[in-house]
Formats: sequence, structure tokens, C-alpha cells
Amino acid sequence: MMSPASSLAHSGQSTDNIMHWVLLATLPGGLALTWQFGWGVPLNVLLCSLCALACEAMALRLRGRPVGFHLRDCSALVTAVFLGLALPPLVPWWLVAIACSCSIIIAKQLYGGLGNNPCNPAMVGYATVLLCFPEEMSRWLTPQALLPEDLYQPGLWQSIHLVIGGGDLIDGITGATPLEVLKHKTGLMIEQVYASEPVFYRASWAGAGWEWVNLGFLAGGLLLLRKGIFSWHAPLMMLVSLSLMALFYWDAGSSASHGSPLFHLFSGASMMGAFFILTDPVSSATSIRGKLIYGAMIGVLVFTIRSWGDYPDALAFAILLANFAAPTIDRYAAPRAFGHSAQRNGVPPKEDQ
Amino acid sequence: MSRIWETPGGIHPPANKRQSLSLPIDYPELPERLVVPLDQHGGRPCRACVEVGQQVLKGELIGVVDGPLGAAVHAPSSGTVTAIEPRPAGHLSGRPARCIEIAIDGLERWTSRQRVADYCQMSAPQLVDRIAQSGIAGLGGGGFPTATKLTTSGHPPIATLIVNATECEPYVTADESLMRERADEIIQGIDILAHIHGNRARMVIGIEQSKPEALAALRTACAKSAVEIVEIPRKYPSGGERQLIYALTGKQLPSGEIPANIGVLCINVATVYAIKRAVIDGEPLISRVVTVTGGACATQRNYQALIGTPIKHLLRHSGVNNNRLNQLIMGGSISGFKLPSDEVPVVKTSYCILAPDIDEFAPAPPERACIRCGRCAEVCPASLLPQQLLWHAKAANHQQLEEHNLFDCIECGACSYVCPSHIPLVDYYRAGKVHLDAARQVKSNAAQARQRFEFHQLRLARLEREQSLRRAARRSAAVPSNAPRAPVARLSSADIIADAQNRAASKQPTVEQTLDKLQRNISMLQNRLELAEQRLVAASDDTLNKQNSLRAAVEGARQKLQRAEQRLTEQAHG
Repeated sequence: MMSPASSLAHSGQSTDNIMHWVLLATLPGGLALTWQFGWGVPLNVLLCSLCALACEAMALRLRGRPVGFHLRDCSALVTAVFLGLALPPLVPWWLVAIACSCSIIIAKQLYGGLGNNPCNPAMVGYATVLLCFPEEMSRWLTPQALLPEDLYQPGLWQSIHLVIGGGDLIDGITGATPLEVLKHKTGLMIEQVYASEPVFYRASWAGAGWEWVNLGFLAGGLLLLRKGIFSWHAPLMMLVSLSLMALFYWDAGSSASHGSPLFHLFSGASMMGAFFILTDPVSSATSIRGKLIYGAMIGVLVFTIRSWGDYPDALAFAILLANFAAPTIDRYAAPRAFGHSAQRNGVPPKEDQ
Repeated sequence: MSRIWETPGGIHPPANKRQSLSLPIDYPELPERLVVPLDQHGGRPCRACVEVGQQVLKGELIGVVDGPLGAAVHAPSSGTVTAIEPRPAGHLSGRPARCIEIAIDGLERWTSRQRVADYCQMSAPQLVDRIAQSGIAGLGGGGFPTATKLTTSGHPPIATLIVNATECEPYVTADESLMRERADEIIQGIDILAHIHGNRARMVIGIEQSKPEALAALRTACAKSAVEIVEIPRKYPSGGERQLIYALTGKQLPSGEIPANIGVLCINVATVYAIKRAVIDGEPLISRVVTVTGGACATQRNYQALIGTPIKHLLRHSGVNNNRLNQLIMGGSISGFKLPSDEVPVVKTSYCILAPDIDEFAPAPPERACIRCGRCAEVCPASLLPQQLLWHAKAANHQQLEEHNLFDCIECGACSYVCPSHIPLVDYYRAGKVHLDAARQVKSNAAQARQRFEFHQLRLARLEREQSLRRAARRSAAVPSNAPRAPVARLSSADIIADAQNRAASKQPTVEQTLDKLQRNISMLQNRLELAEQRLVAASDDTLNKQNSLRAAVEGARQKLQRAEQRLTEQAHG
């Protein structure tokens, strides 16, 4: 059999390259997080990376796959970095380890490794620890922007100490995130909340500290868009549908309001989700129309869970739910093939009589 | 300027065409031997009409069309037939093909050529016939017999005649050099085609903007003609038939249909040139322009090569450095395929031989898992979802493959070109198509067998019915032997004895009765023989074993019948 030359000429793009760009693009967001929340952030990323690489290597070995070859695709590292950035800083090391091993071993390798996982591994790990350890997971630090002049985030050594399990966080260093503040406003008008809570009145436009983090992830995301690492469809639709939902329930800032579109866009994990988690190609819808539906669905889910759910943020659950829906979306959103009058819509071709 | 419709997908690989365009088309010296395959076209291979040892003249018919679809094969030069046997051939399947080897004498003695001064005097069927006699097949790579394509019956009249001059594949410049140097003849070819279709069709040459010299030459040549030249933007694969038809007419050729069904005829520019040579100059298709290019060649250029010229000969002519040769490719760098050896001959569909240098293409890194990034879907000219097709091809999920329109894949290779995981997607699709075809075949075989079986049952039932009717008729005609007997209980012994004697006497058959019985026997046996023969015919494509047993049944029935007939004659004479 002669082999076709389908691999002779090539555009020169590679999966490794894509992963490198994604890793690079997390830098602005990661740095903003570190600036606002201190050493806990890089420690999370480091711990996650080590754990993820170890889990991946072990799983590959058990599955009899070439370890070095698959580790070099950097996909485990990407998952680890996302997870490390999503976890609250200064959570105990064992929590990081559980989240990470769930991500890599259960969500990814048990399904057959890269390309075969139905759900986003980082979000599986995050959701697992969020359900199992809600207390640790809802303990976010007060961003630097809100700390009193004489108070700083724990230093490197203190951070390591805290992560390894020695001692508790100092009071005043932990605090509610803007999402939590707005959720527990108990009958106040948005204006009143904005006037009374420092997380809002000391912020520039959305929520102190968090606005910069989201801006960082937005910058990284735009870089990836520009490099053509992913298409704009899913992220844009998610941001649009999230804004529209917020606008619909804005209610002129009354006591029943759930916050402005701007607030939702720049709070919690909105930007990170839109540009880094949503765009995970493996677990998302794959056609153009499918991506639009997938993004819109996540935007609606994020707002729904944030507003009426019990969790501090909604991204992990929204993404996982959409992951489950992705194959069905793909089936019904397939493009009309060239030369066909209608899309087949998953309907089997007519039998020739 | 005519409107251009933008086709979906496509890629922009480096063109790499300049290196083979710096020199004009060259006529290489004759090789010692030509190896002319009998299968160079769509349809069944030709049947050789010459014998080993026979002298042939240049342009003499050596292979005749065998079947409804095919293109005749002619001797590319004069000489002696030295072999007719399977040889390695430049075909994607890699299977050797039956070839006629000619040891050429170098005299280039032509068979008689019939030149036509004014083809306008000829009718369309005459012209189509002349094209069929000349063995012309699609030179753009498809190899579909051109005469069949030109048949004017069975579809709506041709409204648009498209000449495919895009040549979008990197490295390939055969058509471009032809247009630069022989634009006049190409326009003449188009005029012939227009004449065949009654001079009613719009005539368009679709050409990529990236060929300014060819464009200028064509413009000069068709200054006084009604031929339109439409420039389309450079994009691979703009030269796909469906893509070009859409770009020029805005019509999407419905899946599974041929262009003629929507009133379009799409013919490659080199084929048009071959038509001109065949009709006006009386030359059958015995040579074509081939690009020989790639970094391993000392001179990269186009050759007017005789069909059957071993590639080795052309490579030697181009000064290929075998130490620097990466691999041999038939076709361009994207949709071409690797050749197993340089013994393979040039055929009607060989437009390019690519001999890249070892450094010219980075070796393909090992295949990684598909991350469904969707780049393939973005570049797919058929708007398919290659990532989903890959998934279903790997799982051999035939239903899903069909629902994802695998058969609309034109195997252009754009998906493989952009795949960041370096997956040879087209290979998977080709294999998928083969499996799907096989599955369809099995399905249709089963349906056929079921039909045959049902028909057989029906026939048996009919025979049974006929027989029982005949039997009933006979019974009613015969003595009422089956009439209810009188009760025997109260009879005396004498009566019983008398009755038994009577019965014995009545049982002794008369001659007439015997004859009648034998006759019945014969008609029954004839029926059986007929049935057995029918079964044998019906089972003609079954296994040999079954055939043999059926044949034995027929033979048995025949012998019994003979015996019965023999007895009948004995009885009658006795």
C-alpha cells in the first residue's frame, strides 16, 4: 500500500505549541491574582503542577503509554495551572492534591487521556473539592486593594507554613468576595450596597481586586484570540449571554437586583472561564454553531447559579453541565455540508428502496 | 468582471511554483522503453489489442475500451511490443496494473493521422466519437473518460462550460506552463467544446489570480472570442470541481450528483488542449505536460512527456540527486501520494512528480491525540466536521460516518495540513470510505439474497399449486377409485373372497393405465428437471460447492427422466 502524503506539507502548528501559548496567556491573570492575594497563588500553581505531572506520569505508566512523549504535550500542566489559579489561595496542601488527582486521574486518564475526556478536568477537580470541603473552598483572602495600610498578605515562608498545615489565617485577612457580598445584601438597594461595602466603594468599576484579576485574564484571552488558538464564538457568546441575563434581572438596581452586567463580567471567574475554561476544545462543542450555543448556555447557567444557587461562584458547575450537553449540541448543530440542501440534524440518511 | 462566490474553508500553503516555471516546456529525449498501463482512467481497464512481438506505430490503438466506461490507449511511439503483464503503477491503491511494454525504435513513425480543417462541418456526436477514439481522459487527475462527460443526452443542456485552470496545488505548474505557451490551442479547444454543445453555453475559464503570465497569454488568445476569463483568489482547493463551480456560478452541486445535472460542464485546461490536438491535429492522447520539481532536482521544469515514460527517465533528465532525495511524490505536496519506486510510468493523470530535498519538508512528528480544536472544520471546503469524522472513523461507526457526510469529503488534505496534532486525517477517511463501501456492499448483497430467496419461495408455491391443480384434474377424470367403500362388517366369508378376487382383478393394470402412469411420471420428472435447472441458474453466483450439488441434482433428474422415457417406449412397443 502506498501511503498518501497527507503529512508531507504542514502548516507547522502543533498541539504542544497551542499548550505553550495557553500557559503563557495565563500570566497576566496569574500575576494579577498574585498581586492581590499574595504567595498563595503561585504556591497553588506549583503544587498543582507537581501533583498533576506525577499523577499523569503514574497513570500513563499504568496504562502502558510512553510517559515522556505524552507529558511533553503539556496538557497536564495546563490543567494544573487552571486548577491552581481557580483554587482559593493558601488552601491546605492535601486539598490541592485531592483536586489535582481527581482532575488528572479520574476526569482525564480514566477516560483515555488527552482528547477523550468528556468533561474539563480542571473543573471536575475543582467541583469535587468544592462539594467535599465547602468551608476551605469558600475562604478567600481579602484582596490587597482592601487591606489596611499596615497589613500585608502572608509572606512566602508564612504561606508555605500555612499550606503545609501549620496555623490558621489571621483574622482580617480573609473576607467575602464581591459575589458573596452582593448575594447577602439582605434587601438593600444596589446603590446602598455599593456605598456601604468597601469591596465596592474602593473599587474602580466592579469589585476591589477582582476587577484587575478579570482584566488580566481578559488580556490573556485576547492574546490567544489574536494568535488564533481558539475562535471567538464560545467566549463572546458566554460574555454576551451573561451580560444579557444580568441586564434582564438588573431591575434598575432595586433590592431584587442581582447586580449589573459590568459587575458580573468582572467578578469571580467570569473572564478566566470565558477565555481559558470554556475554550478547552476537548470538552466543548466543536462546530461553529455548537460553540455559540455552548457559550450562551454557560453564560445563562453561570448567572442562574450565581443568583439563585448556594455556591460562591458558578463557573465549575456551569461548565460541567455544558460539557455533558456538548455531544448533543454537536449532533444538532452540525453545519450544512457543501452541496446539501439541509443539515442532516442527526437524522439517518434515507434508505434506498 | 463576473461575480465570484466565496467557497467555504481552504488554506494558503506556500505555492512553490516559481522554481519550475523559469524554463519553458521541454521535450525530453526518448526513453528506451515505454510502459503503458491499460488502466489510466475511470471505468474498467482496457483490453490489449496487440500481441507481444508486434510492431506498433506512434499513435496506433493498442488498448480498446472494455465495458461501458473507458478511454482507449494508444502507442506513444513506434516500436515493438515486448511484454503485456502487470507492472507497478502510479496509482493510489498501489496495486500493479496490466501494462504494455514497448521497446521503441526511435524513428517516431506515425500511424496515419486524419487532420480536420474545419471541425464546424462535423456534428456533435461525430466530434464526441473522435474524442473517444483519441482516448482522452480528465488530465487534471480525475481520469474520467472525457467523451462520456461530453455526451449531450440524459441531462439538461449545458448552460455553463467551465475550464478549470486554477491549478491550486503547491508545486504543480503543468497547466500554468501550458497556458503560457499554448494559449491559442486552448482557446481552439474551448471553441470545439462550445460547438459540441451548440454554441449556447457561457464559456468561462476559472484561473487563480497568482498566474499573471498565463492570464496575459489567455487574454491575448481569446481577445476575439466569447470566452470569459474569471480570476479567483488563490486558495487551496479552489480547483476542486465542486468548489470551482460554486465560485464561478454560485451553484452548489448537490451531493452525489454530476455537474451536467445542473447544466454545468467542468473540464481541466490540459484536457481542453488534448481535445484540440485530437480533433484538429488527429493526435490521440499519447503525451502530456508533467511538472518535475522539488529540491532534489538540479533542473525543475515541465516536460512534454510520452505516456508510459518511466519516471526514472524524467528524474535522470532533471538531474535528481538521489542522496538528497526525501521521497518520491506523485502529485503536489498536499494531495499527492508517495510512490513505491521510480519504475512507475507517467500516465494520463500524472501532472506532477515531486522529488523534494531531505530538508524541504520537516519530518512529520508523531501523531498526537485529537484535541478537537476545530481547525480542520474551519478549513474544510466541504463544510464537514473532520474531527467528528475522525472519531467515528476510528470507532468504525458506519452510521455516524454516513450522517456526517463522509462521502462528501474530496480528500483535499486541507484538514491534515492544519492539524496541530499531525493526524493523517485523509488516510482515516479513505479507509473509512473503503469500510463503508464494503458494509454497503454486504447490505445490498443481503438484500439481493433475500429477494432471490423470496422469489424462489414464490415460484415453489406456484409450482406446488399448479401440480395440485393438475393432480385434482387427473383425479376427477380417473375412475372413482376413492369412492367410499361399503361397510364390510356384516359380509360373509364367501363375499369377502369374491370381493378380494374382484379387487385383485381390478388392480391388474391395463396397458392404457400403465402408459398413462408412465406419462404422468415423465411429466413430473420433467417438472423436477426444470426446477433443478432453474435453481442452478439462480445460484450461478453462489459457491462452487453449492453449484456442484445443484448440478448433480439436475443430472440425476435428467437420468431418471431418460429411464422413464425408455420404459414408456418399451411399454408402448410391448
